[in-house]
This record gives sequence, C-alpha cells and structure tokens, in this order.
Amino acid sequence: MFLDVENLNVTFKTRRGLVSAVRDVSFTLEKGETLGIVGESGSGKSVSSYAIMRILDRNGRIANGRVSFDDMDLTAFSNREMRELRGREISMVFQNPRAALNPIRKVGHQIEDVLRRHSRATKYTARKKAIKALEAVRISDPEKRYDAYPFELSGGMCQRIVIAIALACDPRLLIADEPTTGLDVTTQKVVMDLLAELTTRRGMSSILITHDLGLAAEYCDRIVVMKDGEIVEQGKPDALFARPANAYTRRLISATPRPGAEIGDLVDPPLPSPPRPELGAPLLQVKNLSKVFGHGDDAVTAVDDISFDIREGETLGLVGESGCGKSTTSSMVMRLMDPSNGEILLNGKPMTDVPAAKFARDPRRASLQMVFQDATDSINPRFTARQAIADPIRRLTDEKPNGRVEELATQVGLPLTLLDRFPHQLSGGQKARVGIARALASRPKLLILDEPTAALDVSIQAVVLNLLAELRASLGVSYLFVSHDLHVVRLLCDRIIVMRKGRIVEEGDTASIMDNPTDDYTKTLLAATPMAPRADRDEVDIAITAKQAIAE
Amino acid sequence: MTPRTRLILFRVLQAIPALAGVILVSFILTRMLPGDPAAYFAGPAATTESIAEIRAAMGLDRSLPVQFLHYVLDLFSGDLGNSLSTGQPVLEELARRLPASLELTFTALLLSCGIALPLGIAAAVNQGSWIDHVCRAVVTAGVSLPTFFTGIVLVYVFYYLLGWAPSPLGRLDFVYLSPPDVTGFYVIDALLAGDMETAWGAARQLILPATTLALFTLAPLARMARASMLQALSSDYIRTARAAGLREGQVIFGYAFQNAMLPVITTLGMVFSFMLGANVLVEKVFAWPGIGSYAVEALVVSDYAAVQGFVLAMAILFVLLNLVIDILYTVVDPRTREG
Amino acid sequence: MALAENSASEKAHRGFGGHVLYVLSENPITAVAFGLFALIVIVAILGPLITPYDPLESNAARALQAPSADHWFGTDSVGRDVFSRVIIATRLDMMISVAAVALSFVVGSIVGSIAGYWGGWMDAVTGRFVDTIMAFPLFVLAMGIVAAMGNTVENIIYATAIINLPFYARVARAEVRIRREAGFAQAARLAGNTDIQVLALHIFPNALPPMMVQISLNMGWAILNAAGLSFIGLGVRPPTAEWGIMVAEGANFVVSGEWWLAFFPGLALMIAVFAFNLLGDGLRDIVDPRQRT
Repeated sequence: MFLDVENLNVTFKTRRGLVSAVRDVSFTLEKGETLGIVGESGSGKSVSSYAIMRILDRNGRIANGRVSFDDMDLTAFSNREMRELRGREISMVFQNPRAALNPIRKVGHQIEDVLRRHSRATKYTARKKAIKALEAVRISDPEKRYDAYPFELSGGMCQRIVIAIALACDPRLLIADEPTTGLDVTTQKVVMDLLAELTTRRGMSSILITHDLGLAAEYCDRIVVMKDGEIVEQGKPDALFARPANAYTRRLISATPRPGAEIGDLVDPPLPSPPRPELGAPLLQVKNLSKVFGHGDDAVTAVDDISFDIREGETLGLVGESGCGKSTTSSMVMRLMDPSNGEILLNGKPMTDVPAAKFARDPRRASLQMVFQDATDSINPRFTARQAIADPIRRLTDEKPNGRVEELATQVGLPLTLLDRFPHQLSGGQKARVGIARALASRPKLLILDEPTAALDVSIQAVVLNLLAELRASLGVSYLFVSHDLHVVRLLCDRIIVMRKGRIVEEGDTASIMDNPTDDYTKTLLAATPMAPRADRDEVDIAITAKQAIAE
Repeated sequence: MTPRTRLILFRVLQAIPALAGVILVSFILTRMLPGDPAAYFAGPAATTESIAEIRAAMGLDRSLPVQFLHYVLDLFSGDLGNSLSTGQPVLEELARRLPASLELTFTALLLSCGIALPLGIAAAVNQGSWIDHVCRAVVTAGVSLPTFFTGIVLVYVFYYLLGWAPSPLGRLDFVYLSPPDVTGFYVIDALLAGDMETAWGAARQLILPATTLALFTLAPLARMARASMLQALSSDYIRTARAAGLREGQVIFGYAFQNAMLPVITTLGMVFSFMLGANVLVEKVFAWPGIGSYAVEALVVSDYAAVQGFVLAMAILFVLLNLVIDILYTVVDPRTREG
Repeated sequence: MALAENSASEKAHRGFGGHVLYVLSENPITAVAFGLFALIVIVAILGPLITPYDPLESNAARALQAPSADHWFGTDSVGRDVFSRVIIATRLDMMISVAAVALSFVVGSIVGSIAGYWGGWMDAVTGRFVDTIMAFPLFVLAMGIVAAMGNTVENIIYATAIINLPFYARVARAEVRIRREAGFAQAARLAGNTDIQVLALHIFPNALPPMMVQISLNMGWAILNAAGLSFIGLGVRPPTAEWGIMVAEGANFVVSGEWWLAFFPGLALMIAVFAFNLLGDGLRDIVDPRQRT
C-alpha cells in the first residue's frame, strides 16, 4: 500500500479544552491513484491532510493512529526526518495561492529555495532548473516571470507557482487542499486540468481536498466523504452518486446542483418545485447603463452600455466571473451608486434623477431591496436579529415593527426564539434567513440576490434556494439573481444575462442559454463548471418512494 | 531612471508637505508667544518707542503672510532667531550641542534594537515559553516607566549605592580634555585620536543615560517585533515553506523574519518620536549638554524664542528621519515599488 | 460546522458579562489591573480626606526625614509629608490626563469618522492636519505649544490633547473606513438610513471597541506626557503637589542619597501608567481575543 492512514485522531487544545477535529479516519491510496476527500466546512478534511504532512498548528496534535507512507510510519518520524520528506516525497498545494507565497521574495527564488533544500540544484544550476519548473506549469515567458513578485501575478498564475514549488522535486504524492477555491470557474478548470495532467504524466498519487462534490467526481478515482471529523462513506464516484449508502452523502449529493435536477430536488427528501408567478408589466428597465471609475488615463469602464428589463414576477439571472461588472450593475440598480451614463426606470418612471446619496429618503427605497452575499458581514454585529429586521420597517414603512418582525421571521422559517440573538450566536443558514427577512421587510417589488449562497455550504444553499423560490411564489416579487455559477442561477431564473468585461455577451431564456449557448464565452463558462455525474433517476426515485412509504 | 530611484525621489518630494506643515506650525507658535512679542523681545526696561522700533525691526507691523514669508526666508538663510538670555544665534547653539544629543540617541537606539528585536523574535518563535513571558513582562513594564524616573533610579543605584557609574553630570568628567572634534561623538573621536582613557571616560558617562533612553524604547520595539513575527509565522506562506520541507532556520529567518521587519521599520518612526521627546527628559536628569537641556534651560528663563527654535529644529530632524525610514521601507518591500 | 455551532450556542448562554468574567479569570493580571484602576479612582476622589498631613504645610524641623512610621514616605526639603503630597497629587494628575484624553477622543473620533466615511477632500484636509502634528516629535510639540500658549495647567491639557489627537483620528478613520462598504452598512442604507444615521447608528458603535482600547492605552501615555512636562518646569507650579514636579524636586537629592523624595511620586506615576496599560491589554482581550500580543 502506498499511503495507508489508520485510525487517525487529531485533537486541538483550545480555550475550552481538547477538541477532537478528526476521529478514527482510515483510508488508503494506491500508486498513481487520485483520491478526493469531500466535506463541508469543519468536516476535518483539511486537518487530516495537515496531519499526514505533520504541519498542524502548534495547538494541534495527532492523538492516535498511524500514517504509513511507502511502508514508513510517518507518525514515528522525527521533525528532522519529516522535513527531509516534505517537498521531496510529499508535497502540498494550498488554497488562496496569493497568500501562500512569500510576498517579498521573487517567485523564482522561492522555487530555488525548495530545489536547493532537497539538493536538486546547486547555486549554479538553480536558476535554470527553476525556469524549467515554471515551464512545466505552463507559465509563459518564464525567464521574465522568474523575477516577478507574487503581487504582480494573477491568482491563477500564483497557483501555478505554488504547484511549481510543490512539484519541483518530483514528489510521489501531492496533496491539494481546496486548490481552486476563490478562483474563477474558468481559471479553476485550467488549474485542475494542469494538476491532473502533471500528476498523471509523472505517475504521481494525489489527494484532492474539496467541498465541491462535482469537482471531486470529475477529477478523482475514488471519493471519501467526511462529516464532523469522521468518514461517513467512500467509493468510486459513479457508484457513490448512483447509490449513496449514507444519509449525509445522499443529502450532499442531492444538494449539489447538477444537470436535470430541479430546485426541489436539491433537498432530501425532494420538494415539489413551487409554481412560478405570472409575469406582468415591465417593472425595471435599464437603458444604456455605464459606469466609469477614475478619470483620464486611469479611467476604468466597469459597466459598458448595458440594457435589460425585468418584468413583474420575473427572475433574471446576471452571471459572470469576478470583475465582469455584475456587482457594479447591482449597486447601480439598487441605487447605492450613481451611473456615469444611462437610465434606470422603475414602473416606467426614471429613478436616476434622485442621486444615490439622497435615495435613502425616497419613497421608492422600499420597493428595491437586496439580499447580500455574506450574511455574516451584512448584519450589524451590535444588532439582534429582531433589531436588524425592524430597522427597515421603522424607517421605510408605517407599520408597527413588533408584529411584523415575527410575521417575517415565520415567513422565512426563522424560529421566533432566535430573534433576540446577536449575529455571532446564529449559524450561517440562520443568518441568511435574517438577511432575507430584512430584505422583505419593506414589501419590495424587486429583490436583488447578490450571490446569496456563495458563502454557504451546499446543503444550506439548497435550503435557501428553495426558500427563495417559495417566497417568490407566495409574494409575487421579482428577483435579479447575481451569481458566478450558471448552474445555480438556472434553478431559479426565467431568463439569464451573461456579462463579461462590463458588457452583456449573451441574453436569453434559461433553457436556450443552458442547452444552446451561442456565445463562445458562455460555452466556456458552461464547460468549466465541474458536473456531478447524472444520478440514475430511477434508483433515486425508488429510494425516495421507499423512504416516503416508510415515513407515511 | 529605475523605478526604485524614481520612487525614492517621490518619497523625498512627499516629505515636502510635512516640512511645510512643520514650518507653518512653528511660525504660528512663535507668533502666539504670551503677550506682545515685541514688548517681550524688547525686555522689561523698554519704552513705548523702543517697543515700536523692535516691532518694525521684527516686521511685526506687517501682515501675517508677509511675516510668514520673512520667517521662511530667514529660515532658509539659517536664521532661527537669537536667544534672549545669551544673545547667541539659536541655530549656532543648537548645532554646537546637536552631536551630544545624537550620540546619546543613536547609542540608545542601537542598545534597544539590539535587545528588543532578538527578544521579540525569540518570544514569537517560542510562543508561551518563559522567554515569551519575559518579553510580555518587559513590554508591559517598559511602556509604564517614566523616563525621568528610570534615570533617577539608575543614578541612585549605580552612582550613589554601588558607585559604579560616574556622577551624572555631562558628557565627560572634568579630569579629561574633550577629544579633537571629528564626528562630534566623544567616544568615537577619542578612539580615533587613540586616546583610550578618554574614550573609556566618555563611554562611562554615556552608559547610564543611554540605558535610560533605551529602556523607554525597548517596549514598543519588542512589542512590535513579537506581534509582527507572530503574524508572519502564522501566515499561509510559512505553511507553504514548511510543506516544502525548508529548514526551520530558513523558514524563520529567510521567510518570516524578513516579512516581520516591515512593520517594525514603520514603528521606528514612532520610536524616534518618543526618543526625541524622552531625550529632553534624560538630558535634564543627567545634565547632558545636548539640545534638549538647552531647551529646558531656555524654558527656565522664559526664553521662548530659543524654545521654538529648538522645536522647529527637532521637527526638521524628525521629518528627515522619517524620510530615511520611508526610503528604507521602499528598498525593502517590493510591493511599494509599483507606481 | 459542528465546532462553530457549539461555540455560537455556548456564547449565547454566557453572553457578554460571562465573556468578561471568563477573560478576567483566564488572565488574573487583567483583574489586578481593574483593581489598581479602582484604587486610583478612589484615591483621586477621596484625596484630601485620607491625607494624614496638610500636603502644603512646611516644617523646617522635620526636613529630609527618611520614611518612618510617622511619615511613611518621608519628608521633603522643607519638611512636607511626601505621602500626603503623593495622595493629593493623584487627583490633579488624573484630571489632567482624563480631560486631555476625553478632549482628543471626542475631537479625534469626529474628525476621523468624517474623514473615513466621506473620504475625498475632507479626508485629504484632515489627513494633512494629522500628518502635520505627527511630523513633530510629539513631546517636543507639546513643549512648544505650552511655551507658546502660556505656562498653565489648562494649556498642559490642551497640549496633551493635541498630541494625542492623531491616534484617535487615525483609529477612528481606519475603523470607519473598513466598515464603510461593509454589508451591514449597505443594508442600513437600503433600510432607509441617511448617511449620518449609517455612520452614527451603525458604523460608529462597531468602531467603538477598538477605540476604547486606544483610550486606555493612551491614558497611560497622557499621564506620562503631562508629568514629563511638569518635570521640565511647565504647567504645574510649586508648591502644588504633582507627581512630575515632585520627582523633579526630588532629583536633586538623589545624588546625596535622599531617595524617597523622588522615588515615591515616581512609583505612584509608574503604577498609574502600568494600571492603564494593563487595562488596555485586558480590554483588547475582551474586545478581540485574536489581537492578543
């Protein structure tokens, strides 16, 4: 056995005593195999890999268990022996590549450091070998990039440098810890394909740690699912997706957006998808909207002459990668920012005549509300849930806050007992509900959903998406759903707009965009999103019917 | 011109507004002197006519902008006004006394950096160990020590009780002759002249005041060194370096230390600010003939023109020190070289 | 996930008071600091009621006596009781530093908040102003200000307030600025709050905790500055009892071995500064345990 992890237990010493982060984890890895470790935040998936590398924080330690690598027991190794092994036999690639590189050292030198440490190069050959390592990860113009500092490179480029460092000494095992989290989906595909190709060509084994089941299914030979520090299930991707044995795995699989699944299918057991509201007259009209930041030579056009409409009861998806102008567009539509050019009309009347700075006192403020990307950041830490929801009621409506807050909490499924808690006392899903309740408090006609689930685990994402669909059905409100993920947007939207570099590149019905994209960029975007294998509908259906039968 | 040279030039230009601000403030301070400056400069025996004469001579009868222009022009020709008590030009007196203050300040700075940086780094590397506790104790106690009080306690212990230190009066005991003036630093000048005895005498005088001043700046430096080293050690790039198997020495000194020094360099500005202020107090305690004790003597005889000259001179010195720090930072941190 | 949920619910049970108690029990030094702080406040308030002698009454017959049962801290060159003088000086020293810090806190946080929230030319102007103050060695600037404005206790307060101002302005600016575009500030705007309301009701209360830490750490520094100014003969005039000036008067006697004149007022000064610094560190722990250094 190449790598054999047996009954691994990791504990952390905290202010509240010992916390066990990983419990009795066992798995194996063959030569040349790629193993995916999948789990949501706090599942212990990263900690397990740090334990294998023996680079846990100073307050963490391996309490129990064995890690044997090529028949050597790594837990018995001295720190010195471990240092010899790291980078030479086992390497690691981390998330957040920019932070993973020394900010004040040339990237070429950082590669040389590893090469010389493991005697793969001398002072005289180091430069040449470092440039070769840069070439290996397909960095164009490696001679020039050798002298670059991390801040001069893009996120994807930095990740290639991190990979170059990891692979410089031809290790036999590579551990990639969320290597593409925070990267755009097209960059993610490039980086993952590069990793897969390099490890295959060199006959390396690798472990991919990710929260994304789809990603793991696409790139891994085998998948281990972790929850709360324990392994709940493992198996080959196809089998795992077709016949998940464990309830948690089943929930995770169903929550992962995938082709063919409707919004109600994301939760386990599936819900009937709520009806879509009747479409009415145009509610919001955006005409030739532009935004330019800065002046003269420094001017950057963030949004470049875009136009679109949203009808009453309609949900429009606004999709694009970071820097495409979608956030600027939503700020302008929300009247938090003034456009440089163009018009925004609500119910046929222009809103842009009132400047953003004065819009807080405008009667139309109540009609336009927003659900923010990060629920934690969007609730005042000094306000209880009740105060947060009451704030817009008090300022924008004539209603009595008390009864209304409770009505809203019920509507979004937030237990009334939680209303007097502060944000740090609520879970991510609960905070998301508070954010939605607050956005609905002034009875808006248009709600902008700004990546409302980007910061949430997939299982909570599924619940929140369903909640949004139900609210739309019962309130008849229109949504502008801003997201980077076409497959999430698809679940909720009637129409989709794809943005790139401040312009709209494609617009159309959800079905036609998803099935017959005409623009090349839309095609790239669709192809880049890793997709879970299509679960065998019959088997799932049978399982569900059986379960429902038992429940009844 | 390389980007680095351009950036250094840019930093020099950036110091100009600070310099202008300092000159403006000190102009305002001199014009705020209690009562009528003319009457004040004319002295107690002056008549109305002589006051008017002085007012005209000082240009106080003109508009404020014109006065400011004259003030600036005087300044650029090296005129900080005359001391009321000695009649000497303030600039000359300050220039004569400056080496004494610089010798004291730089010795103290070397001393405190020499102790604070290793201490802070050792504390961060061995977080939670005894050295960390020592560091935390030094840091908390250090910022609480009034400089003048530390100085007096040191004098009592090392001069009165133990008799190890010479009497706390000036730079050199009267049995020695001042060394020939080269750098203005007595210890160095004496060594250059090959006069070991005088060098030793000067060093003995220097050690207590320098220690007092060093104790005062030890705390902020050690605190910053520890905090920034801790932060650097917990950074992602340190994890990357460890995962690549780099040696602990290279991880700590090659990676963490270099990054940790950036905030410490920034702190040096604040440390200089503290030091130049504390200098005044230490010079008074040890009768050190520097510019600080000159200012205190001027205060005692209400020679406010001399005090303001001193304030301006110190401010200009501090602006220049900050400029050096900025340039140092620019050279060390590649990220500042962008535009 | 489970970990986060646990800590969330645990915190819910304990609340803020529980957290304070927890920090105090975890770090007894902070408890000591709170104790010292209480002691200083009590001494400052009671002042004249607890002095055994009249602090200004001289008695040539008892001049320069070493500490004894009658005179715990000894007597000075004109026979005044050092203990009584140290006690009575507490109120004056505290008053100077509290007034100075309060002044710079109020002005600094208003100026800094405005600069941080609106940015633009207001930020540029206030930034220039603060930079100009910081371009001076601060204690030296205070000397210049007192020398120019006149040698009085009020001017000591103003001078100390001015040299403290940049710290508050900078902290307030930075803390407001990082929250200006925060989700909750945006949400407050959407909820119909005007800019002033967003700043005053939503952003500033969140910027307050780091500023409280700054206040406590600055108090110690303000006391040191005020005492330093009187040590070189500015502000407080003899025979008024004040720690800095007492140390200055006592300094002349140290070389001849009469240590108690300077030692006790110096010690009182040190303890006061020490208490505020510890308190600041303790508050930092309570406000943000991660920043612990």
